[in-house]
Amino acid sequence: MLREYLPVLLQIIVAMLFAASALLVSVLVGASGKRTRAKDTAYECGMIPQGEAQPRFSVKFYLVAMLFILFDLEIVFMYPWAVVYKDAIKQSSLIFWSMLSFISILMVGYIYALKKGALEFRK
Amino acid sequence: MDPFFIITSLLKIVGILFVVILPMVSYAVYAERKVSAAIQDRLGPNRVGPAGLFQPIADMFKLLLKEDFTPRNVNTFYYWLAPCLAVMPAIITIAVVPFGSTLFGVPMVIADVNVGILFVFAIASLGVYGIVIGGWASNSKYPFLGGIRSSSQMLSYELSLGLAVIPVFLLVGNLRLTSVVRYQIEHGWFIAPFVGDWMNPWKWVLAVPMIISFLVFMIAIFAETNRLPFDLPEAEQELAGGYNTEYSSMKFALFFLGEYAAMITGSAVIVTLFFGGWHFPGIPDGSRGWIFGVINIAVFFAKVAIMIFIFMWVRWTLPRFRYDQLMRLGWLFFFEIALVNIFVAAWILAYFPSS
Repeated sequence: MLREYLPVLLQIIVAMLFAASALLVSVLVGASGKRTRAKDTAYECGMIPQGEAQPRFSVKFYLVAMLFILFDLEIVFMYPWAVVYKDAIKQSSLIFWSMLSFISILMVGYIYALKKGALEFRK
Repeated sequence: MDPFFIITSLLKIVGILFVVILPMVSYAVYAERKVSAAIQDRLGPNRVGPAGLFQPIADMFKLLLKEDFTPRNVNTFYYWLAPCLAVMPAIITIAVVPFGSTLFGVPMVIADVNVGILFVFAIASLGVYGIVIGGWASNSKYPFLGGIRSSSQMLSYELSLGLAVIPVFLLVGNLRLTSVVRYQIEHGWFIAPFVGDWMNPWKWVLAVPMIISFLVFMIAIFAETNRLPFDLPEAEQELAGGYNTEYSSMKFALFFLGEYAAMITGSAVIVTLFFGGWHFPGIPDGSRGWIFGVINIAVFFAKVAIMIFIFMWVRWTLPRFRYDQLMRLGWLFFFEIALVNIFVAAWILAYFPSS
């Protein structure tokens, strides 16, 4: 069981080593230059940076993230359903209608979020 | 633990990473420039080597030898972490994708795990961290905006991505990606009902939700890999370079590499799910001799290359969406289509008599 996950672990280690060594090589062989004040400033197309570096941003982005968690959970529920579907449908069609009713209940929340304008990025 | 298993796994990992992915990434950049040149009626790179073929190598040395500069006002630890996080998910995801049948009796998949597609989504969605952390740690306006945009874009399209593949697993009944390939060898590719027993009307009916699934999945992959028409996170005209504006040298190259590796992995997943993986009608698998094993691998990567070409074609043909259009499209259009599509497929399985 766990044996088949061993190559995944190896792959993760190789990927980490690759990323770390790429950075290390670039530090070792890359050119080095003087640190100047102009070089240290944030890049804003050559102008002197204005205002905060991390300005306030729309609350809509948070809403998107929250809605994502809700609907992503719904998708997680659909995977086990999909896996057993082909066998279960041979006995009765209950599995089809139960998922349909589950999704329709969820759609009430979806329509509420839409009507509230949670995903409306244009004011 | 038997050493044979560990050694073959390591060989496959190193082979896939250094013989396939990295050369493919560098030549994908070259191909991108050549394809864009052909589409825009230019010549493209043609100075370094014959027809510019050594351009990727020259680029690699250039990026490696540039000064690795860390501006003073960045958050140093996260600034260094972000490029690593950007490149790792794409490399790790390829572990579960079967890229060939068998070679000398060894299955050509690095890890044939039973969670298959869930592993792909779990790891691929970590890609957003590299971009968000990179944008935030740079402590600069444009990368910050790029990171914010990218996070909500990738989250939104992950929903359609997850929903779009469910019809495939309704049919296969197993999350293992090798099972998906085996099912397609027995019953024909999902996207092409004319392969295999094309007289079966059930397959043609089922091909309709499959094609919708494929289109939604592919467009969601475009959004996930930040490719045009969804490249809002790095829209050059409004955000300078987006989340990688403050990066230089190899750190910039790692972001670039991560993006192209994600594109290759995405294409590999698309090929596995909808185009029969390494299968091609008439070519036997690797149990008939090692030469067929090699041909299977070649077929798989040829299919991946065709998908990558489509990615490039789309990029240089379509204009970019506006942000509100992008969100509307993801949440209203693709989300609903993918959801309805699942029930269409389920309905066909339940009530349309199969033969």
